[in-house]
Amino acid sequence: MKHVLKTILLAVAFATGLAGATIPARALVEIDVNKGNVAPLPIAITDFLSGDAMGKQISDIVSADLKRSGLFAPIDHSAFIEKISNPDAAPRFEDWKVINAQALVTGRVSQEADGRVKAEFRLWDVFAGQQLVGQQYFANKGNFRRVAHIIADAIYERLTGEKGYFDTRIVYIDESGPKNNRVKRLAIMDQDGANQRYLSNGKALALTPRFSPNRQEITYMSYESGKPRVYLLQIETGQRELVGNFPGMTFAPRFSPDGQKVIMSLLRDDGNSNIFTLDLRSRNTTRLTTADAIDTSPSYSPDGTQITFTSDRGGGTGHSQIYVMGADGSNQHRISFGNGSYSTPVWSPRGDLIAFTKQTGGEFQIGVMRPDGSGERILSSAFQEEGPTWAPNGRVLMFFSQAAGAGGPKLHTIDLTGRNEQEVPTPSFASDPAWSPLLE
Amino acid sequence: MRRIAAQILNPIAIALVATLMVAGCASKKVPNSAAELGLAGNAAPGSSQDFTVNVGDRIFFDTDSSSIRADAQATLSKQAQWLNRYGNHAITVEGHADERGTREYNLALGARRAAATRDFLIARGVAANRIRTISYGKERPVATCDAASCWNQNRRAVTVLNGAGS
Repeated sequence: MKHVLKTILLAVAFATGLAGATIPARALVEIDVNKGNVAPLPIAITDFLSGDAMGKQISDIVSADLKRSGLFAPIDHSAFIEKISNPDAAPRFEDWKVINAQALVTGRVSQEADGRVKAEFRLWDVFAGQQLVGQQYFANKGNFRRVAHIIADAIYERLTGEKGYFDTRIVYIDESGPKNNRVKRLAIMDQDGANQRYLSNGKALALTPRFSPNRQEITYMSYESGKPRVYLLQIETGQRELVGNFPGMTFAPRFSPDGQKVIMSLLRDDGNSNIFTLDLRSRNTTRLTTADAIDTSPSYSPDGTQITFTSDRGGGTGHSQIYVMGADGSNQHRISFGNGSYSTPVWSPRGDLIAFTKQTGGEFQIGVMRPDGSGERILSSAFQEEGPTWAPNGRVLMFFSQAAGAGGPKLHTIDLTGRNEQEVPTPSFASDPAWSPLLE
Repeated sequence: MRRIAAQILNPIAIALVATLMVAGCASKKVPNSAAELGLAGNAAPGSSQDFTVNVGDRIFFDTDSSSIRADAQATLSKQAQWLNRYGNHAITVEGHADERGTREYNLALGARRAAATRDFLIARGVAANRIRTISYGKERPVATCDAASCWNQNRRAVTVLNGAGS
């Protein structure tokens, strides 16, 4: 049960050193993702050869993933000169140079005797005239979209030097109905909006879902018992479980990086809220903050040694600010000092940045700062937006945003450079996104 | 007589507002009193209608604050008086926030408002064991426009008689 996803995918990857040199010579074609205004890399992604529609479906998904990243510009197929008929042979590089393709992707999809699908692809450096990557994957037919995302990740990683993030999912809250009678349901989908489905029926208000590190569970907050409490949900089985047995409201849950604990806020009887952890094995609870204040939205650093959180303990205007403490509650100190109030800090999977929501001048903003509070940068502003979540490679943020009068929020992504803000397709209004980790 | 007096002294939105606003236009002003709704104070004494129409079931807060304002103190004093007179009702105090804050912070803020409201009622003699509290954060707005006139009405604590529905 723990490995449902793994067993259905069977992502066996081989380096298929068939055609020509696969020497990992220094490629000419590379993208420096840290440059602010990098021009997207022109890439030709040919339809994978196959006896049915799947070859084209897979290459279309690869193409859409790479395009959405903002780092690649897939070339229109009508410009292609060479028609790939044998993906095992080297392409006619001259034909691809002419249309200024820096990189070329070719591939083939075939059916194995046991019913599984085999997908092979090669990534070519057109100007160096060599193969950069060659791999094959086996999967059940129903998983062809995942295979396509894995291929897109392999291409992204080879050309940028960064891990990809396309073979990931998003849990979020689907919002329907009028604003004063909103139905909020847990939902899950692939990062590109495909395979969307609901994880709760909408009878009870559900909020703030977050993935466990193994992607099998989510923790979220729900009013399903009539009392607002934190729950765990097994995604594949639908099994639900109350987290802990606390007298008051529990909210703002997240997993620790090792998946062993849930960290959350617990409401005190006097109306203040403090941060606790619950060890999922021993059921031991540990109290980390004691301030007579609102302490909430805790998020661990990826190495598990520190926690960032929101607190209004400082008082004054712009009450809520961002704090950092040790994982044992030690050394609690404020890190946000800009003009406005700050909340929803989320530690980057790389550890180098904390993303946050800032309210200033009647607007909401999404920004990042270093864990010592320095280097604040605002990436996005809107009438209302909040709740950043990191892509597992720490390059892209997703959040929810709405213009005045829009009636509800939609999910957006933005690059860490502040460029390439895009709406993520969802069937209705959507909020509280959480990005899954990559499967190792 | 008493009912009419309460009605005049307490020009505060009533529970019926929520029902009316479902069908209402988003930017429409929410009626602020029974009089504005054209309702007579003819509810049976001790009934939930009596409470919501003649006493007033909700108070309002300043932005990012859980302090009980002077106008709210007047309402809560009347609520306490009524609850002490009709001792059979258990109540739920719902704390709410406007949408100009982030979700988790507003859950905490709504809880703090509910607790402040509960504590005021207890100080006015309502037994603590009759009161439970719940926060809905910014999840249950009654006024839906994207403007301060609506946010003012959403920053609220509502005293609900149990069994009467919200």
